[in-house]
Amino acid sequence: MLETRKANGEVITGSVKLIHAAGMHARPAVKLTKLAKRFQAQISVRTSATAEWINAKSVSKIMTLRAARDSVIEFEASGEDAEAAVAALVELVAADFPDSDP
Amino acid sequence: MSDTVGIVIVSHSKDIAKGTADMVRQMVGSEVKVAFCGGDPDGGLGTNVSFIIDAINNAWSPKGVAILVDLGGAETNSEMAVEMLESDRRNMVVVCNAPIVEGAVMAATEAAGGSSLDEVRAVAEELSAS
Repeated sequence: MLETRKANGEVITGSVKLIHAAGMHARPAVKLTKLAKRFQAQISVRTSATAEWINAKSVSKIMTLRAARDSVIEFEASGEDAEAAVAALVELVAADFPDSDP
Repeated sequence: MSDTVGIVIVSHSKDIAKGTADMVRQMVGSEVKVAFCGGDPDGGLGTNVSFIIDAINNAWSPKGVAILVDLGGAETNSEMAVEMLESDRRNMVVVCNAPIVEGAVMAATEAAGGSSLDEVRAVAEELSAS
């Protein structure tokens, strides 16, 4: 379910199963985008069913991801904090988008 | 966290303005200042320039304020409100060309990351670009 590996030297990838009952709807999309923006790394995301990578920091694009429950979300990041970014995003999805207001 | 762009919601209906602000607070969180106004002074449908000015000042941030509006008069009255602000604030307020609910949520999400007013506006307006 949780897999983080270093591929091609610089690019960090990770994948996680979406367990949220309603799939990727508006609230999880906002949380995912907000978390992604905390990192400097370039972060892309896609579902295993679609080929196209989208920018994880673009809330409008994440909202159109329309990932269903039990689909697999894949992350790909490059940059200084890419590893931490992928780990945090995988954890967010794995933990079912918990509320964590500062 | 550093300052974030403030969000103002201007609807003809106070209920819609309040409901949109509630959605923003619940979905995005409390780090972004959100103010709203709606309805005329008698409690009917409409928008009111002085209410909008108050909302802008309530949501004020050194990074500026993005306004989301619904129909016709909400936009023209918001533009009038911006013109009536103190001169140093006038250039730090934009009226976004975006759907009010979606635009407010996306603008606030972008603002929460510390983005500039131009970036916040651009994200809100992505919705009406296509």
